[in-house]
Amino acid sequence: MRFVPHHILRPYFFSAPRITAWAIATLTLIPVLVVASALLDPDQEIWAHLWRYTLPELLVNTVWLALGVGLGVSLLGITLAWLTAACEFPGRRFFTWALLLPLALPAYVTAFVWLGLLDFTGSLPTWLREAWGIQHLPPIRSRGGVILVLALALYPYVYLTARSAFQGQGRRLMEAAQSLGLSPVRGFFRVALPMARPGIVAGLSLALMETLADFGTVSVFNYNTFTTAIYKAWFSLFSLPAASQLASILIFFVLVLVLLEQVSRQNKRYAHSARGGGGSTRIRLAGWRGWLVASFAGLVFLLAFAVPFTQLLIWAWYAAGTDLDPRYFAFIGHSLLLSGLGALLVATLAVALGYAQRLQPTPGMVFTARLATIGYALPGAVLAVGFFIPVAWADNLIIDQVRAWTGREVGQILGGTLAVMLLAYCARFLAVGFSSVEAGLGRITRSLDEAAEVLGVTGLKRLRRVHLPMLRVPLLAALALTFVDIMKELPITLMTRPFGWDTLATRIFEMTSEGEWERAALPAVAIAIVGLLPIFFLIRDPDAKAC
Amino acid sequence: MKRGKFLRWWLSGALLGVASLAAQAAEVVVYSARNEQLIKPLFDAYTKQTGVRVKFITDKEGPLLARLKAEGRNTPADLFLTVDAGNLWQAAQEGLLKPVDSKTLQANIPAHLHDPGNVWFGLSVRARTVVYNYNKVKAGELSTYEDLAGPKWKGRLCLRTSQKVYNQSLVAMMIWEHGEAKTEQIVRGWVDNLATAPFPDDNRAMEAVAAGECDVTLVNTYYFGRLMEKKPNLPLSIFWPNQNLKNKSAGVHVNVSGAGVAKYTKHEREAIRLLEWLSSPTAQNLFADVNLEYPANPAVKPDARVATWGNFKHNLINVAEAGKLQTRAVMLMDRAGYK
Repeated sequence: MRFVPHHILRPYFFSAPRITAWAIATLTLIPVLVVASALLDPDQEIWAHLWRYTLPELLVNTVWLALGVGLGVSLLGITLAWLTAACEFPGRRFFTWALLLPLALPAYVTAFVWLGLLDFTGSLPTWLREAWGIQHLPPIRSRGGVILVLALALYPYVYLTARSAFQGQGRRLMEAAQSLGLSPVRGFFRVALPMARPGIVAGLSLALMETLADFGTVSVFNYNTFTTAIYKAWFSLFSLPAASQLASILIFFVLVLVLLEQVSRQNKRYAHSARGGGGSTRIRLAGWRGWLVASFAGLVFLLAFAVPFTQLLIWAWYAAGTDLDPRYFAFIGHSLLLSGLGALLVATLAVALGYAQRLQPTPGMVFTARLATIGYALPGAVLAVGFFIPVAWADNLIIDQVRAWTGREVGQILGGTLAVMLLAYCARFLAVGFSSVEAGLGRITRSLDEAAEVLGVTGLKRLRRVHLPMLRVPLLAALALTFVDIMKELPITLMTRPFGWDTLATRIFEMTSEGEWERAALPAVAIAIVGLLPIFFLIRDPDAKAC
Repeated sequence: MKRGKFLRWWLSGALLGVASLAAQAAEVVVYSARNEQLIKPLFDAYTKQTGVRVKFITDKEGPLLARLKAEGRNTPADLFLTVDAGNLWQAAQEGLLKPVDSKTLQANIPAHLHDPGNVWFGLSVRARTVVYNYNKVKAGELSTYEDLAGPKWKGRLCLRTSQKVYNQSLVAMMIWEHGEAKTEQIVRGWVDNLATAPFPDDNRAMEAVAAGECDVTLVNTYYFGRLMEKKPNLPLSIFWPNQNLKNKSAGVHVNVSGAGVAKYTKHEREAIRLLEWLSSPTAQNLFADVNLEYPANPAVKPDARVATWGNFKHNLINVAEAGKLQTRAVMLMDRAGYK
């Protein structure tokens, strides 16, 4: 007989999980609705123009980009995750953390470096021309080029979530597969891969949302997508409404996709006992196989991190002479503080939302959770404005009221405070924290909840004593991912930071806004180095325990 | 009733506390889309000279305007500083700036570089001109922007993307001069002549010209100055187009970075004083020279490095026209297939 958790027996409308989930979703919904409200007032002239001259091309470009990057990050992320989680090959320990490093570099900076190296005027083609007479190389400024660069920048999302899924599976699962006569390769495809689906999808949807919302990288390649059209409508055609309308359409499609994926796995369960027989029983890849795998991992590491980072170091070295001053302590301090607090807040909300969804896994709750995490698919500057407008509105209300009652003039109360900034980060990055927490919770079998409930451990106490300890790995992942993402974040930081609160990311903006990319290398390198901290922290810890 | 009253007092008390902290000492708040390293030296100098503190926040133009608009009557901003006349025009259009009646500004800034209604004033001039590879092009071959659409430049032209406002302003001015039909023809000619897809920035375009991927491109002069400082051996020269024409397309296309006083400023006098100071000879050199731009005040000589590129005739159409026609320019470039 199946045990039914008591929360499902009485799904009150005002139950605590439901209120929690809606409160969290409201944070994202406010800016999204502010943006979507523009749909009520379409700008006919601009729409007619876009429809006729640019949208067809943009849609084709965007679909190709999403497909290409989706395929690229899946191939790289899943393969590398499996190899480092389940196999043993030369350099595995190094690659386990090193393959995460591309996360610490803003993708548009990497893109600029690659353009500098591989474009016609770049060092490699110039050398090939001069030394070997090779004239025609495939152009880097092309659809293939932008897909490649984005896939190399974003595969770590899939790598991280897939890896923590593979690790969580433990050895017992693969042993079972092998005892049923499956070879390691078939065991991977028949058992490990399908079981890791929630983790992989979590990483993949992050990578795709980031691709769709990306403006920086595609602009470097002058590759026009839906998001470039949003910015064009806003900055060039001076129509924030048209931009908001385009953004609403983008969000709508993302929401539909996310829900479709959710529906397609509605009735499947992915939980298993996590403590799957200890001992180091990785598949040992000896001889040339080991080296082949090592060179593959090495190549990815080189292209995704080592080469662009080296170029940045060289530029940073030159820029340091003029630009490095004591203010950098403040920039680093601000970046650390904002990213740290932001990551903590996002992780907390992610756990609250995940647990609420676990307590009441109704379709309505699943939908609420998807709404709450949709902010990641919205182009950053659009979300920033969507967040800023209601904040300014509330400020104006307060200021006007005070004036009316007391006749005194006061300044802004909410605008320009850290609290608003951090909330805006949550609206944007909840998806990043939530995806790994949700995947982690999904791997915890429900019988544990039931067992705890039988023992009288329920509610928050159960969360603290049962789930949180088992969520350590995914929680660390959530913290680390959010930390580096906030560190690189630009539009929200620019728009909501208090006076004087410049960060490393805003330094990059100051340099690149007038095309001084080489000088931007200095803050970019600083971000990478500071961003390494959580990555080290993340990897060092779980690896010791999991195998 | 009683609770409402208590809340009211508590709230206003708390707010007053915060407010009194904020409203001390003379200061001006600037919202700037011109980046930090270009404005901070100026503001530091101003504070040193006058004792007035300048607080500023930087962001992209679009978000800054949206911010100013959302804050409305209660904005802390006193001065709005940005690059490109299009953005200034848009700020004026949205009613976010107020006219400034200042003899000093009228005297310092030529008529074509400020808003006809005195809502904003250009503070530095950015000339968008031709840069060519002197190994492959003789200066005599070059003449006008329009000429670059001709068949002799087939496969020899490089351009930056049409997404950048500099090219949008250039095309907007051409619409003013030639009308849409003819301008579209010219832009189509450019696109036909492209040697390779448009570049994301001026530097890349110049490097491509230097490397022989194409022969000629259009850039803002300060990019040229910066690049040549870093790589003085590149075979690049500057050419001033449209110099010998007598009609309204005469002269090099110029744009400005400039500023206007926020409509709801709480420190109007200080804001105007800062704006006037920025147009004065002391500030003008600093303003332009940090970025190798041209001072807007004609009484002020450009930086020595800039002066070596020679004198040129400005196009004298008011830069506000570029803002007015920007939307049409963008649409025109879309139609012409200029990406």
